[in-house]
Amino acid sequence: MRYSVFSILNQALRGNTGWKPVWREPEPRPAYDIIIVGGGGHGLATAYYLSNVYGITNVAVLEKGYLGSGNIGRNTTIIRSNYLLDGNEPFYEMSLKLWEGLEQDFNYNAMVSQRGVLNLYHSDGQRDAYARRGNAMILNGADAELIDQDRVRAMYPFLDFDNGRFPIQGGLLQRRGGSVRHDGVAWGYARGADSRGVDIIQHCEVQGFIMEGGTCVGVETSRGPIRANRVGVAAAGSSSRVMEQAGMRLPIESHVLQAFVSEGLKPIIPGVITYGAGHFYISQSDKGGLVFGGDIDGYNSYAQRGNLPILEHVCEGGMALMPAIGKARMVRSWGGIMDMSMDGSPIIDRTPIDGLYLNAGWCYGGFKATPASGYCFAHLLATGEPHDNAAAYRLDRFRSGAVIDEKGSGAQPNLH
Amino acid sequence: MLINHPLLGPRDAAEFTCFGDASLLLRPDPGPNGEPDQAAMDAFHDYLHLRDNPAGTHQELWYHEQGDRSWLVVTRDTINHSIIKVELARNVKARNLKTREGAG
Ligand SMILES: Cc1cc2nc3c(=O)[nH]c(=O)nc-3n(C[C@H](O)[C@H](O)[C@H](O)COP(=O)(O)OP(=O)(O)OC[C@H]3O[C@@H](n4cnc5c(N)ncnc54)[C@H](O)[C@@H]3O)c2cc1C
Repeated sequence: MRYSVFSILNQALRGNTGWKPVWREPEPRPAYDIIIVGGGGHGLATAYYLSNVYGITNVAVLEKGYLGSGNIGRNTTIIRSNYLLDGNEPFYEMSLKLWEGLEQDFNYNAMVSQRGVLNLYHSDGQRDAYARRGNAMILNGADAELIDQDRVRAMYPFLDFDNGRFPIQGGLLQRRGGSVRHDGVAWGYARGADSRGVDIIQHCEVQGFIMEGGTCVGVETSRGPIRANRVGVAAAGSSSRVMEQAGMRLPIESHVLQAFVSEGLKPIIPGVITYGAGHFYISQSDKGGLVFGGDIDGYNSYAQRGNLPILEHVCEGGMALMPAIGKARMVRSWGGIMDMSMDGSPIIDRTPIDGLYLNAGWCYGGFKATPASGYCFAHLLATGEPHDNAAAYRLDRFRSGAVIDEKGSGAQPNLH
Repeated sequence: MLINHPLLGPRDAAEFTCFGDASLLLRPDPGPNGEPDQAAMDAFHDYLHLRDNPAGTHQELWYHEQGDRSWLVVTRDTINHSIIKVELARNVKARNLKTREGAG
């Protein structure tokens, strides 16, 4: 069923009794052209673009839990394309452009809201670095504005501008950045792929790979073996565990990132603000809760929950930025497992094993990447060649030295 | 998390910085006469960039940055964060070197 004003009016007149589930619950078939492991945002987007752009519909997405149970339903929903390096910025700008047309494209309300992302700066050196970053963004077709303290004041008068240690001097503003309803993205892509015939199979855990003569020809799952010509893994925080079954070790550590939400408040923060003197970012959901977060906990974890020192650290960042936040009560927090790579950048590539492809290493910035990641991974799976905008995301770049290290912190994943 | 420091007793994990997999203690040899050959390059690539990243028991380096500055090897379960064993890194390294020499 296509959603439109007419379908909504029609349903309203019939007491909303005619809505149907938006995807099927098929039994796995014995074989497919392509299997995607992981039904998070990236896996579902890959299936969507395979079926809608590359015309390959004999595809299955295998998800060990339910759709939206991973990071796609756990993130703080910020989208932006404010990267510095050449390997990254064209890719993230492609993603932002895809976000802009996404809801029309897949006929689903994902609540894409370009409310603006403001990165604050607190020193002359940081201002210069942001000016450079803004120029790199503009050179890649993105938008960026360097604004001074007065203009930040006009937008957010309640920030602690004259903080003793970290006064706010201004910010780098990307107006086209913003936030998106995260699980709506999973549902929209799932529905769009399903309607083209893709089988989305929930509660189906991949437990091994079927190898013949060194080539991957399918997967062993909790619901039996399923064969495929090509297998693409998009398992986010579980990438190492899945690829271990193919005998591979990855340049990845799994870490926990937490998110926090306050009670519902009247509208106060129209956009997204990030603090420049510590790791803290905040926005307000459409329901009124302040949604905020900061650093990863810093140690390997698969627990999907974090510890209290980071909670305290994040709240300190919030208090330093906007003291008014101290009056709000925090009502919820949770954690998700991030696949932190050795240079902080992702991998979309073939593996040394024929028939097996990898999409991983998204760290804590993979939500904004969802559309482009799905598009580029679909391109790779369909054509065997990397998409131009993802050509730098190679698995062997740590060997060749062509790393993409935005932060310049080297092979220490908990610093990216 | 509380880390039971072998010299100081239980300390808050927030006093430490985690530096990841304890296999970093065993840096591979640079190759014959300090001239890296392909095998040495491969070994160094794996050492620097690849990780087992297990779900379960994990040996890792914790540096007591806001304490006595000692390096510890903590054996911890990455699924539930429970800490199984804490040792001084220098003891673990000495033991590992012995095993490596024994094996070589
Ligand atoms: C708290 C938090 C805040 C974040 N905030 C942001 C943000 O503001 N902006 C941003 O851009 N990014 C953010 N991120 C990062 C972003 O959410 C992730 O990088 C991204 O969602 C990862 O891709 P995914 O959606 O495919 O992952 P997931 O949704 O985790 O998908 C992977 C799926 O694979 C499945 N799987 C794993 N193993 C198997 C198996 N063996 N068999 C079958 N299926 C398997 C899992 O169940 C899971 O559903 C945040 C993450 C967290 C945790």
